Amino acid sequence: MTERVGVYVCHCGTNIAGTVDVSGVATWAKENLPGVVVGRDYKFMCSSLGQELIQEDIRKEGLTRVVVAACSPHLHERTFRTACANAGLNPYLCHMASLREQVSWVTKDKAQADIKARALISGAVRRVQLQESLEPTEVPVNPTTMVVGAGIAGIQCSLELAEAGHQVILVEREPSIGGHMAQFDKTFPTLDCAACILTPKMSDVGLHPNIRLLSYSEVEKVSGYVGNFDVRVRKKARSIKEDACTGCGICIEKCPKKVIDEVFEVGIGYRKAIYRPFPQAVPKFPVIDRESCIYFERGTCKACEKFCPTNAIDFEQADEYLDLTVGNIILATGYDLFDCTQIPQYGYSRLANVFTSLEFERMCNAAGPTEGKIFLRDGVTTPKTVALVHCVGSRDKRHHPYCSAVCCMSALKFGHLVMEKTGAEVYSFYIDMRPLHKNYEEFYDRLQQEGMHFIRGRVAEVTDAARLPGEDGKLIVQAEDTLIGRQRRIPVDMVVLLGALQPRADAKEIALRFGISTSIDGWFTERHPKLDPVATMTDGLFIAGTCQGPKDIPDSVSQGAAAAARVQGMITTGTVLIEPIVAEIDEARCSGCRICNNLCPFNAIDYLEDKAVSQINAALCKGCGTCVAACPAQAITGRHFTYDQITAEIAGLLYDAEVANGDYAPKLVDLLQPAGGGR
Amino acid sequence: MTRPVSGNAFLEGVVADTPGGEALVTCLQCGTCGGSCPSGQDMDDTPRRLFAMIGAGMRQEVLSSNAPWYCVACYYCMVRCPKDIPVTDIMYTLKRMAVREKLYDDRDAPDWSQSFIGFVETYGRSFEFGLATRYHLTHRPLKKVGVGPLALDMLSKDRMSLRPDRIRGIDQLRAILDKAKLQEVA
Amino acid sequence: MRYGYYPGCSLTHSAAPYDLSARAVSNAFGLQLDEVNDWNCCGATEYITINKAAAYALVGRNLALAASQDGQTDLVAPCSACYLNLRKVDHNMTAYPKLAERTNEALAAGGLHYDPGSLRIRHLLDVIVDDVGNQAVAAKVTRPLRGLRVAPYYGCLLVRPQLNGDGRNPEYPTHMDDLLSALGAEVIDYPLKTHCCGGHMTQISADTAYELIRRLLKSAQDYEADVIVTACPMCQLNLDAYQSQVNRHFSTDFHLPVLYFTQMIGLALGMTPASLGLGREIVSAAAALAKIGAAVPEPEAAAPRRKRAETGLPMPRRRGEG
Repeated sequence: MTERVGVYVCHCGTNIAGTVDVSGVATWAKENLPGVVVGRDYKFMCSSLGQELIQEDIRKEGLTRVVVAACSPHLHERTFRTACANAGLNPYLCHMASLREQVSWVTKDKAQADIKARALISGAVRRVQLQESLEPTEVPVNPTTMVVGAGIAGIQCSLELAEAGHQVILVEREPSIGGHMAQFDKTFPTLDCAACILTPKMSDVGLHPNIRLLSYSEVEKVSGYVGNFDVRVRKKARSIKEDACTGCGICIEKCPKKVIDEVFEVGIGYRKAIYRPFPQAVPKFPVIDRESCIYFERGTCKACEKFCPTNAIDFEQADEYLDLTVGNIILATGYDLFDCTQIPQYGYSRLANVFTSLEFERMCNAAGPTEGKIFLRDGVTTPKTVALVHCVGSRDKRHHPYCSAVCCMSALKFGHLVMEKTGAEVYSFYIDMRPLHKNYEEFYDRLQQEGMHFIRGRVAEVTDAARLPGEDGKLIVQAEDTLIGRQRRIPVDMVVLLGALQPRADAKEIALRFGISTSIDGWFTERHPKLDPVATMTDGLFIAGTCQGPKDIPDSVSQGAAAAARVQGMITTGTVLIEPIVAEIDEARCSGCRICNNLCPFNAIDYLEDKAVSQINAALCKGCGTCVAACPAQAITGRHFTYDQITAEIAGLLYDAEVANGDYAPKLVDLLQPAGGGR
Repeated sequence: MTRPVSGNAFLEGVVADTPGGEALVTCLQCGTCGGSCPSGQDMDDTPRRLFAMIGAGMRQEVLSSNAPWYCVACYYCMVRCPKDIPVTDIMYTLKRMAVREKLYDDRDAPDWSQSFIGFVETYGRSFEFGLATRYHLTHRPLKKVGVGPLALDMLSKDRMSLRPDRIRGIDQLRAILDKAKLQEVA
Repeated sequence: MRYGYYPGCSLTHSAAPYDLSARAVSNAFGLQLDEVNDWNCCGATEYITINKAAAYALVGRNLALAASQDGQTDLVAPCSACYLNLRKVDHNMTAYPKLAERTNEALAAGGLHYDPGSLRIRHLLDVIVDDVGNQAVAAKVTRPLRGLRVAPYYGCLLVRPQLNGDGRNPEYPTHMDDLLSALGAEVIDYPLKTHCCGGHMTQISADTAYELIRRLLKSAQDYEADVIVTACPMCQLNLDAYQSQVNRHFSTDFHLPVLYFTQMIGLALGMTPASLGLGREIVSAAAALAKIGAAVPEPEAAAPRRKRAETGLPMPRRRGEG
């Protein structure tokens, strides 16, 4: 049956019409290309009127195929497919030729532009006649969502989903939820106590009937596709029987082994071998750090077991593996702090009174190692002058080229806390002050009024080598005060380094495990940096919080909420449509060589042992065509990108050779046919 | 690939004559260079300020500043610059430009370098004794109190020769240097 | 192991002890140093100040000569400034093909050519630390420097700038510390070990230079060093020969001997102080050496000048005389 093709050439204002003879080309197509019964040009095909043109022709002229010669399919493929579908024509019977990005925007010579436009339209016309109706697959969406990472973003996300009535599995690596925010003392710009605003949410999470909290757990393996993910979670052995433990804490009190807490206390505080990271931990169950525990080391002690009133200690406890199915996954895995030993001239780890921002937060925190008092490393002396060093590892080609977004505000916060708690003089050394969001600039003004000193100059070095009077016994911060153009040396008692926020050490590994990508800096990659910051290129996988890039708490909360909203939409719809442009294996031709299996970037090809053939999982397949090209038996077809369709398009592109040289192009097409006929 | 602001011939010249100089246009004006400089307090302008002045096209002021001449070439600025700007090498470029355009007033530093080069081009090696005598006797000799005793110390410990060392291939070296000097002008 | 050896102008006279001790120590470890035939001055920090093309060509001649020596791929420089000039020219010629073209054009006028990247340019300290290794060094120690407090002074150009992402820490290196520990010395950790000695500023602006030198001496003294150990003739000259000037200028009383790391190795290996050029430092190392049971040799009496002829022309020197 001959098809009836409608060709529509868009002016796109003057974008295309300025270079291509749009009406000439439309007429040419109708008069010369076999199959074309309608050839029109119009100012803006993507407008409602433009779309209606197509729809009317489908109804009145009985069009069976549509070619829209306009911009790139990236922009309006969906528009025209939908227009066709609404007029009763299968959307996959519509094809676009890009006359804008591929012709008018890149060709200066009008004559050449016309030739190319005709070639592209000719190719599209031949191709579209071989296209087939396709229907997307509908897959159900499992209404349970997994949230990985229980910092403020993950907590917000989980609560929103849970409150909407949906089941959430919240996986957290540490013994307690709370993330970095739980380590802070106060938050900017409100100077709210971090724990005071966080713990109610933590408590909600712990109590919520719709949230299944898997703390001290990690995701080991992920497989599946949007709506249907299979996840294996390793619940690490706490060595505590959760159903017996009341959280009384006697075990912690009686434990004789004290070690440095490298994680929550960032190495400046202590904990026991059996511990809770902080008093308001959720869940309340402690954990035995088997590497530090005397029993695991030497087989003695067992004080915790002796004193536990409910017999909740279980030294034999093993890791548990859970196999779970969820519909969507949200990653909110947070950040790590820059390792300041990488900048030796700042003296961190050599000079005792140089601290990192997190160390300083722990010091200010009332539940921290100094009970909230600010001391020098000796734990006794109160500093009289404190220097705050901005941009440590940030905005630096040698470490991280980006700005970490929160350090300027943290510095203002620290300045306030120091002055409030000790009355000390505070110096901030900055390159630019970046108080960007609501009430942030006002906070800067407040600190200026409170008497904080600001020196615009990136610190060159922090040293204990005294040179001038007043420097003995002090740490000297040397920088150029760029606003006066002179080098200054400020003697201080304490230096706090505002280190960069950087991706977690295992971020790349995690990304690989979940099937998403990371940017060159190591942050998880969003689908679109401006318009889609919480989705990823992998359907069903979302990201929220600092794992996507440095940001403050309000932004992390917003992203957590945004990710929850997206997932809610999918759960409410109940199903998700999978594009039908996938690959298909002809079992009769497949020899079971499995070359395609490992080539698939989406792990979408399974091998069926019993039949000794490979099979494509249409839900995971993205239609990239790698396997189609690689199959030595040509047993794989790429739907909507078949061999015939592509060769027809090529033949169409060579239209002028055909016209000029008579039978040249047909010979070429013959050459392109495989032996034994095409498909 | 960064391109300097067109219309600022001075900036373009500095960038062109310094390997890696393209990074100069990305200067944050953070002041790490000025802050690190061991001789910073003796400079009229810190390196950072010089860069701002170059960006403003202030050729006269920059090339008559004493700053490049006080650079001790310790390279602290270069290893600490967050934008990978070759600060020390830019200082060398500014010195060359100042010499060529005769913009730096104080003759001491350029003359020292010229005298040094003079000996290298004559003998193929540096000649400390000759350099010290020629230079110090013609530049504020009365202020050079310590030079005499220093020289005697060095002589007595056989660490200075009264006669220059010479290379055999001095003609070859001169031919090479002459060719190179023509290139610099081109 | 064979290496091309580029001593540099300083090692011929003002830092002759460095050359002596370097050769003696290299010999002891089986490192063969083949001096580059007819090498010329590297230009120090002076040539690049006046003319860039000529400065590159000046160094280029040395690279070309070294590369053409039989089987040489490693070129070793004991002087940090020479080390910098050689590797900077090689690196920039590799990174900027136009620069390489121009430099080779100039070299061609002398019948020479250098393919950038064909030499691996190394500092003598790195050769000893990497190729010989502290363990092998320690194994040969017969007179451990026990009781001697040493301040390892790296200076600038040994560790900066970092070209090709060089491995050593440019702010806080420890390889000389470790080497000196392997010799049995007590290594002090003082904060200014890579701070600048002032370079040629002693000639341009003495005030500036003296202040830089004073800071280093003070730091070493504050940390109770017996000896400052260097790896660069400029650093040694500034800290040693100008120490009395600094004392006069600031009314200080420093008496810190400044020796080369090769001299320290040699001493630990049991070599005689004279063979290592000891005794030629301006600030005497006698007290320090006494701590490890070595004596500073008396400076050799200069060869007697020939007597003037009574009449006519002077007679030539006899064989064996002077």
